[in-house]
Amino acid sequence: MSGYSDVLDSKVPDGPIADKWTNHKFDMKLVNPANKRKFEVIVVGTGLAGASAAATMGELGYKVKAFTFHDSPRRAHSIAAQGGINAAKNYQNDGDSVHRLFYDTVKGGDYRSREANVHRLAEVSVNIIDQAAAQGVPFAREYGGLLANRSFGGAQVSRTFYARGQTGQQLLLGAYSALMRQVNEGGVELFNRQEMLELVTKDGEACGIVCRDLITGEISTHSAHAVVLATGGYGNVYYLSTNAMMCNTTATWRAHRKGAFFANPCYTQIHPTCIPSSDPFQSKLTLMSESLRNDGRIWVPNNFDETRAAADIPEDERDYYLERKYPAFGNLVPRDVASRNAKTVVDAGKGVGSLKNGVYLDFAAAIARDGEDTIRAKYGNLFDMYQRITGENPYKQPMRIYPATHYTMGGLWVDYHLSTTIPGCYAIGEANFSDHGANRLGASALMQGLADGYFVLPYTIGNYLAEKLGSAPVPTSDPVFAEAQADVTDRTNRWLSINGTKSVDHYHRELGKLVWDYIGMERDKNGLEKAISEISSLEEEFHKNVRVLGSADTLNQSLEKAGRVADFFGLAKVKARDALVREESAGGHFRSEHQTEEGEAKRDDENFKHVTAWEWTGEDSAQNEHREELTFDTVPLTQRSYK
Amino acid sequence: MEKTHSEKTMTLTLKVWRQEPGQTGGFQTYEAPGISEDMSFLEMLDVVNERLIEDGTPPIVFESDCREGICGTCNLMIDGRAHGPEKATATCQLHMRSYNDGDHITIEPWRAASFPIIRDLAVDRSPLDAIQEAGGYITAPTGSASDANLTPVPKPAADAAMDAAACIGCGACVAACPNSAAQLFTAAKVMHMNLLPQGQAERWQRTENMVETMEEYFGSCTNHGECHEACPKEISLDFIAMMNKDYVKSKIKNRKLSGQG
Ligand SMILES: Cc1cc2nc3c(=O)[nH]c(=O)nc-3n(C[C@H](O)[C@H](O)[C@H](O)COP(=O)(O)OP(=O)(O)OC[C@H]3O[C@@H](n4cnc5c(N)ncnc54)[C@H](O)[C@@H]3O)c2cc1C
Ligand code: SF4
Ligand code: FES
Repeated sequence: MSGYSDVLDSKVPDGPIADKWTNHKFDMKLVNPANKRKFEVIVVGTGLAGASAAATMGELGYKVKAFTFHDSPRRAHSIAAQGGINAAKNYQNDGDSVHRLFYDTVKGGDYRSREANVHRLAEVSVNIIDQAAAQGVPFAREYGGLLANRSFGGAQVSRTFYARGQTGQQLLLGAYSALMRQVNEGGVELFNRQEMLELVTKDGEACGIVCRDLITGEISTHSAHAVVLATGGYGNVYYLSTNAMMCNTTATWRAHRKGAFFANPCYTQIHPTCIPSSDPFQSKLTLMSESLRNDGRIWVPNNFDETRAAADIPEDERDYYLERKYPAFGNLVPRDVASRNAKTVVDAGKGVGSLKNGVYLDFAAAIARDGEDTIRAKYGNLFDMYQRITGENPYKQPMRIYPATHYTMGGLWVDYHLSTTIPGCYAIGEANFSDHGANRLGASALMQGLADGYFVLPYTIGNYLAEKLGSAPVPTSDPVFAEAQADVTDRTNRWLSINGTKSVDHYHRELGKLVWDYIGMERDKNGLEKAISEISSLEEEFHKNVRVLGSADTLNQSLEKAGRVADFFGLAKVKARDALVREESAGGHFRSEHQTEEGEAKRDDENFKHVTAWEWTGEDSAQNEHREELTFDTVPLTQRSYK
Repeated sequence: MEKTHSEKTMTLTLKVWRQEPGQTGGFQTYEAPGISEDMSFLEMLDVVNERLIEDGTPPIVFESDCREGICGTCNLMIDGRAHGPEKATATCQLHMRSYNDGDHITIEPWRAASFPIIRDLAVDRSPLDAIQEAGGYITAPTGSASDANLTPVPKPAADAAMDAAACIGCGACVAACPNSAAQLFTAAKVMHMNLLPQGQAERWQRTENMVETMEEYFGSCTNHGECHEACPKEISLDFIAMMNKDYVKSKIKNRKLSGQG
């Protein structure tokens, strides 16, 4: 096994866990303020991670160029996060601490994350709240004017900060306002509606990017001393997910093909409470807040061919399967357990709704107990949203819910500095794999994105740049740029010339079905092997038969999507292989061959206590597998149990 | 009988604005058969586009991203109303059960001089970012903040700021306004910060800069109130009144501050 890990150096500093980050900051090389202006940094993506990083580096004096394919940074997918953001403030005096947040995150990640990174995350979490509050993020407050908290996602302490149901929106507006201040002051140059389609490297180091202007089609090149990818997750490989329509893997995949290892692509979080799909043209799925499980009871009818309305099904003909199987936690079992159990009952043919693709989340008991007004006060917004989408009134009949892809824990492999395996290329936010292991806790993605962007990367990147003092960025006149640009132009023209018979969306939907069926909530060897071959044949067909109309020199959404779907095919294949070689169940990765007698995920710490990172070896060969062994010096390994 | 998913489908006739870059546009008519009432409005357009592609016609360009009413990307003028017929609903949250079999629907882009059409239904709303850039921030460089609970924010102030901050920057207010004014958007952005203790240091500077940048790009407000009617987040007109008051004050305060008053 040791043969696997020789190339991956996590660069975790020595010393006790609680001192690593402090000591490391002291040990890092500094760039003096006058010299910072000589360094150019490209940031791709302006979600929470990218906007916070670009703004902070701009403030520090670096020359920053920020790119987004959106028309404004404030439209990034981060805007959709609802529930909240964790921080170890212990404002509620309920026993929270940096150590507890660290511990919960390592354990919640099912012992597949790097302790040192997670500890740092917990340490800087408190600074994020200070920073956001100072920017004017209107967090919820108590009557005395101090910050309010709630407990979220099964945490035993109240450490989640929130701004109504729009926490992501408000944090992003905060980061965006800091970014726009830098744009105004000249610290950051902003490029909207520019899609990065290639990473440029020279002598193994990142030196720039190639972009397509989505309005004019112009292909441009940009050089810098370092490139930061903050381009989000790859959940849309499933086609249907709670992610925004444009979320994709192209930036990370292009970097992967240039040498950045892709880590743990099999780890995906499936959120248990989403609205099920209503027809074949469903374009995305909507998340219903997890908090609903505090008062809703989940059940399905006992009968396979039940046709009665929910209210007409007598109690003794209902199966409250979570309460039955997990008497201690009941409806509040963790996300992955709730999701998998919903799949089991729906697969068994007990699903509800006309497509039989959901389970009931029933508030009748809560309404009878607390009154409709109390329930309305707690969940009114969510009930309205549900009714708007389904046309059904959840005060009168149970909601129908089903799991959906929500978050991707895997991503580009990064070391402690957040550097990918390509020197000079960094990955932050959901785009990297770093802190959540095999499963992410609720309200921890916003925390990680902002930790990376505000408090980690702006320091660690200095260490790399300091060595480059005195050298200008590789000029865009260098042949490496022309080559990369030609690649992009070739690809673009290729899509337009195929002129097949089926739309890009058609292939995306078909791919999504395969990925959902074989690499979804439950995986097995057989299915994964099938997935690899079926994805490959579908990919081949896609390249021969996709129809992209129009031209390259204008806004052309089919053309944009073609490139993204093509990259999803590549990702889907390595995702399947990753799931295949991980012969254990951990967090969001459930292999049906590896479960306990009670049907719970069974980890294999002896053989799989590592990160799997894949190295691109060319179009015609499968990626090489590498491993980073994980050590758990501080948090003892235990098996989860929710019985 | 309680309602679960319906099998009802409908056929609609769409009149859609199509426009190539650099050319004048016009309406095209498309049939949309087999539309389920559970589809969202944008999914209905996805289906129409899928058919257009099959027929070899370039699909209708329209923008959307989150499809849950929060990113502010979607922007259709439906039968003359920004975001369509439902109150407090962004285009992407509109569902086909609001329509009946046989309906004719007219779909146009936002119309405003400051939102030039890019193609078909997509417009350029970047002037909204210019307003933000002019002062829509509180200067708090990373690392400079003290503990968040050192600055208590009275709950009513936090709530009012949040009401303003709920704006999604869609531009429906501009599209709905007979003068193409951006007062509601700007007021939401200005007052979000002006209402908070943290926002006081730059209050007058911010207000003057943002209002005057708005005036460079957009028409003037004559109190029609159409903006509020169209706003998917029901941003209150009160914020416009507050901003106007702050603006008047800012002219005096800023002159004093710069030693001219
Ligand atoms: C419905 C929903 C609710 C959620 N709720 C919560 C919550 O309550 N708490 C929590 O902690 N987390 C939550 N999450 C997760 C969290 O929102 C995301 O993980 C996080 O916001 C990701 O931020 P990011 O900055 O990494 O990426 P994103 O916000 O996805 O930003 C990606 C950026 O990259 C740009 N980009 C991508 N590719 C390219 C390219 N090729 N060229 C140019 N630009 C590119 C995009 O334009 C965008 O600016 C939720 C997620 C969803 C889907
Ligand atoms: S004020 Fe309302 S209509 Fe105007 S941009 Fe904001 S959300 Fe849209
Ligand atoms: S697509 Fe995001 S608000 Fe409509």
